[in-house]
Order: sequence, then structure tokens, then C-alpha cells
Amino acid sequence: MDAIDRDIINTLQAGFPICPSPYKQVAQGLNISEPELLTRLQGLLDSGFLSRFGPLFHAEQMGGALTLAAVKVPEQDFENIADTINAFPEVAHNYARSHELNMWFVLATENPAQIEQTIVKIEQQTGLQVYNMPKIHEYFVGLKLEA
Amino acid sequence: MDSINRAIISATQAGLPLTSEPYQTLAEQIGISAEEFMQRLTQMQATGIIRRIGAVPNHYKLGYQHNGMTVWDVTDAQIDRLGTQVGLLDFVSHCYHRPRHLPEWRYNLFAMIHSKTAAGAEQQIAQIATLLGTHCHAHEVLYSTRILKKTGLRISK
Repeated sequence: MDAIDRDIINTLQAGFPICPSPYKQVAQGLNISEPELLTRLQGLLDSGFLSRFGPLFHAEQMGGALTLAAVKVPEQDFENIADTINAFPEVAHNYARSHELNMWFVLATENPAQIEQTIVKIEQQTGLQVYNMPKIHEYFVGLKLEA
Repeated sequence: MDSINRAIISATQAGLPLTSEPYQTLAEQIGISAEEFMQRLTQMQATGIIRRIGAVPNHYKLGYQHNGMTVWDVTDAQIDRLGTQVGLLDFVSHCYHRPRHLPEWRYNLFAMIHSKTAAGAEQQIAQIATLLGTHCHAHEVLYSTRILKKTGLRISK
């Protein structure tokens, strides 16, 4: 990753224009050509520096629901349980964490009732208690990581 | 939300096409004009359905190896005031009030921190601890050791 790649990541974290030729507009600001921006952006996605490029949706504003949940997984079952939980399309993120509650995942569903239904299914399929920790209040979401 | 907005969300949840006119490309896919597509995107952004359009970096690949979920047991009566202040810190990416699960889980304030060094993370945690002061009764930091899954939001068609 060179200085131009870093510049692209930092610029595109802040936002992306809505206009007929948005890449051209961003490329001009970066002093590179549009084809170079597209090639580099594809490269950053392929190499995993970027997880995704596009609109970030706010599930609750769409009538959907989100929650953070955790389980205590016995170490020898960790991979199997991860596979079981990740197989749910409602599981958007899942992280292993250094704690007795060692697996933390985010559920995103189209309506609030599906959160509870999914938790029940996960409990049935894993035999583990799910600690549901929905947000009571959001104080801040956002961050620009300097590339 | 109407069916066209749903189609827009469905068409963009994997990401924007890397083509010269990405909105035109997507608009054609769902059978509306590029103008309508852009107008609807603009409106979804204004109403908060879209938080932003942009790049989501992989923290680890960018060198942020120390990504901690810090959790704090904060006096309930003070949590909104303190949570707002913690959320304003420039290294905090997410800050939420979440429920306790007593007796196993006593923490009600969650703040995600990101640092390239262990020392940097320690300093960030100390800064939050100082800010919370005597209203915080205990805290822990849960570092992520592995990403098991990371996808965008999925909605069915």
C-alpha cells in the first residue's frame, strides 16, 4: 500500500458523492485518473484492506433491528460453534474475544421480532445460553481510521 | 419503506459497482432512471437510512492490531452524561449503553477503541477511566482475537 492507496482509503471513509460520475469526481480530488482510482480500489478490496465499499445502512431506521450478543463457548467446541452461528444469515459480524464470554456477534434482522426468534434458534442449535445485549442508547457511531 | 427502496438496498448491499457510472448501472438493474436512483439515495442519506456511502477498512490490515471492546460498570444515573463524553473521544468508534446481565455481566457502558500499539490502547483506556472517575466501579477490556465473520447488512429480496 503506497501513499495514493492511503489517500484513497482516508478520502473514501469520509464519504462518496451522489452524482452521475462519482469516481471521476473523487479521482480529480486525489489527482489521479478515474481508471487508476477504480483499479486501486479493486486492489484494496481484493487484498482485504477494505472490507466493503458502498452505502452503510442504519438497520433501525429501516424498521430493522440490531443487537450484540455473546456466548461462552468451550474451547474444544469453538470452531463448530462458530460455524453454526455464522451459518445464520442474521449474523452480520462475529468476533472471538479474550474473555470467558469468548464469542461476540451482531444480529441484524428486518424486524425486531426476528432478533428474539434468532436467539432462540441459536440457543437450541448450540445448547449455549445467549447473552443478549441490545443497545439502550447510542452515544456515538463513527470513526475515521488513518490509513 | 417501498419496494423500490428495498430494491436499491438489495442491489447495493454487496457494494457499489466499480464502473464509471455506478448509479446508472444499478438503476438499470432495478429498472428505474439514474436520476430517481440518485434522488432516492440522497433522501435515504438525509433520513438516516444510509449512515454514509463509503469505504469500510479492515482495522487489522491497516495496522490497528489493538481493537478493544472496553466495558464499564457505570452508575446508572450518570450514564447518559458520561456515555456522551466517552463517545466524543476521537479514538472511540462506537459507544453504547447496553443492559447488564447480573451477576455474570455487570457492565453497562461499551466503548470500542482502536490503536496500532498496545501502549496506545492502554493510554486510551486510562483516558476513559479518568473521564468516568468515581462513577465507574469496574471495567474490563475484551480484545478481539479473530474475525469469525464480517458481512454487511443482508435483506431478503
